[in-house]
Amino acid sequence: MQVSERTRGAAGWLDERLGLSSLREFIAHKTVPVHSATMWYYFGGITLFLFVIQVLTGILLLLYYRPTTTEAYESVQFIMTRVAFGWLVRSIHSWSANLMILTAFIHMFSVVFLRAYRRPREVTWLSGIALLGLALGFGFSGYLLPWNTISYFATKVGTDMAASVPGIGPALARYLRGGEDVSGATLTRFFGFHVAVLPGLTTVLLLVHLALVQKHGMSSPPWVERKYPPSGARPPQMAFFPNFFLREMMAWYAALGALGSLAALFPWELGEKADSFASAPAGIRPEWYFLAPFYTLKLIPSHVLFVEGELLGLIGFGALAVCWAVLPFWAANRQGVERTRLVTGAAILLLFYLATFSLLGYYK
Amino acid sequence: MTSRPLLLCLLLWPAAAPAKDSCVECHSVMDGKLQAPATAFANDVHRRRGFSCADCHGGDRNADDPQAAMSRAKGFAGKIARTAVPALCARCHSDANLIHKYLPQQRVDQYAQYQTSVHGKRLAAGDAAVANCVDCHSVHDIREVKDPQSPMHPLRLPETCARCHSDAAHMAKYKIPTDQLAEYRKSVHWQALARRGDLSAPNCASCHGNHGATPPQVASVADVCGSCHALIEDLYNQSPHRPAFAAMGAAGCVTCHGNHGVLKPSPAMLAGDKAVCTQCHEADSAGGKAAVAMAGLINGLGTALDRSDETLQRAARSGMEVSEAVLRQQEARQTLVKARVAVHAFRVGAVSEPAKAGLALTAETRRAGEGALKERDLRRLGLAASLIAIAATIIGLWLAIRQIEGTPPASVEAGRR
Repeated sequence: MQVSERTRGAAGWLDERLGLSSLREFIAHKTVPVHSATMWYYFGGITLFLFVIQVLTGILLLLYYRPTTTEAYESVQFIMTRVAFGWLVRSIHSWSANLMILTAFIHMFSVVFLRAYRRPREVTWLSGIALLGLALGFGFSGYLLPWNTISYFATKVGTDMAASVPGIGPALARYLRGGEDVSGATLTRFFGFHVAVLPGLTTVLLLVHLALVQKHGMSSPPWVERKYPPSGARPPQMAFFPNFFLREMMAWYAALGALGSLAALFPWELGEKADSFASAPAGIRPEWYFLAPFYTLKLIPSHVLFVEGELLGLIGFGALAVCWAVLPFWAANRQGVERTRLVTGAAILLLFYLATFSLLGYYK
Repeated sequence: MTSRPLLLCLLLWPAAAPAKDSCVECHSVMDGKLQAPATAFANDVHRRRGFSCADCHGGDRNADDPQAAMSRAKGFAGKIARTAVPALCARCHSDANLIHKYLPQQRVDQYAQYQTSVHGKRLAAGDAAVANCVDCHSVHDIREVKDPQSPMHPLRLPETCARCHSDAAHMAKYKIPTDQLAEYRKSVHWQALARRGDLSAPNCASCHGNHGATPPQVASVADVCGSCHALIEDLYNQSPHRPAFAAMGAAGCVTCHGNHGVLKPSPAMLAGDKAVCTQCHEADSAGGKAAVAMAGLINGLGTALDRSDETLQRAARSGMEVSEAVLRQQEARQTLVKARVAVHAFRVGAVSEPAKAGLALTAETRRAGEGALKERDLRRLGLAASLIAIAATIIGLWLAIRQIEGTPPASVEAGRR
């Protein structure tokens, strides 16, 4: 009795200072629409969960990792062979990075197919796209850090592509590399991006993204909205806490199980230490999420009419990325009528392109 | 500013565009045999350096009139006699002042060497059928040795020698075998040259010399092989076999390894049905027993290395990090090479030293591999336990949801606006 009163006293003390009751009130009244596509709502949460895993394992790796060309490879090798559970931490970090990008893509396409980008969620969509871009940046910068042969040459290829950007290309490549070629300066720079710049930006954008999701609530797909017009009854809802939250936790545990299985059964390889004087080994390719553009660039001839092939490819990808990022602004006409078929067609085409070219890039 | 390109053109002019060459001009428009030299000469290294037909055949390259161009008075010699070819080539190639203008590091002793060769001696004795410069280097389309189309390029040299040496009719009067190329193509040297593309691998000239081509004498075979296999030569020279072979008149290395068809050596050469040692040593003699002991040591180390390799590969295939052990394994492999080389000391002690070191290293790498496999199994066990715990938690969560919601989907409330 006394303990309970003391607890209430402590809660009251905290409530007075932190305003926890309003948060409790908000959570108590927060609901999630229930319909045939509710399962897709979980992927945003799974992506967030994997990001948290990334942060935690990343901090543990930081305790031993040394970002110099003479020590990077050896320090990762030390983590994997000498540090207790170091192999698990490194494997989970690598696998969760890949799974996070996969779930981020699934989340993005589910938003498109469920039309969750519509007014007033345009900024939520934009912040999500920016977060995906940052996740790809995490992948690109983190890939180099073990300083092995594959990552060294993949970074060379990647930064060479950056050099083809019209106008600012050479300066951009020099900035990324910290010089004319991939070297120790590049490793230090990428390490800085990976552990300071990108996490900082991601944290800010993530907070904006989550705040917007809370502000606008979960979007219902059009077919649910049609069934429950604004003047009629509200679509069926599920309490966010504990009903949705517990389900989300089930998804997180399932993700944790998948992550643990991948890390234990297929530990992330270390490869051979990078040698800047060695010739590039055959079959150099980037991480799977860069395979589609990589393979496309390989297919484009060196010159198309008077334009350099690589430049043309980069312009194409740039235009595609911009079009995709501003999707909410062309998904409806000026009268506000949804261009449903156009958006669905574009999403299916993009999905088909990414899947096919990634597979071709992997196997060819 | 404009004078610099002009000066450059003037400097390059003789090399880029040779002076008038009436021989090529006329022979280019002729037919058959008379045209062939002019056509071939287009690719000739001498033409690229500004030389012309007249530099070898004499005559006047500037005269348009064939009579004047091929005038004996102007030194026209016509077709060069085979016996005169080496001396003719030597006019320039033995002249250091001339040759070093074009190739500062080029040797100029080819003719002197040729005169010491079997080819040169026979030619001097009047045998025009032996090889002279053009038989090997080709005529009219002579290319630099490094040019892959040159018959003297390392990859083509064995076939070039074999054009004569595999021709039974041509070799009949010299009474020498014609199976050298066929044998050479079975050898490790050919494998290295042709299969691996190692241009430094031995070809005919590596052992016989090129311009001074001579078969190595019995006493010098080990020295010839030792020019590449230096360590083995040292061991052999200090071994009891050197004086024994010399006394027997046996030709060093080739006694056991053969000459043109040198096969990949193996411990089977020491003991067993294919052993070469048994040609001289009885099985129960000290030599025979030593050979068997050395074979045992090498085979034992080889087997241990293979086992260790297999363990490490299994661990690596399971995703275990064993790169340090793999590096140690390479060190252990080196001891096998050392043990094989040490056979040429023909002492068991010389072989057992590296073999024991290799076995110790192999035991260490195998332990590392087995340790990695044990850890893999432990990880899998840990994973199974974790998965059970995770599955139990998921089931617990599901039960909790059911309890909260009652019979599903009771918790789903029909919302109010």
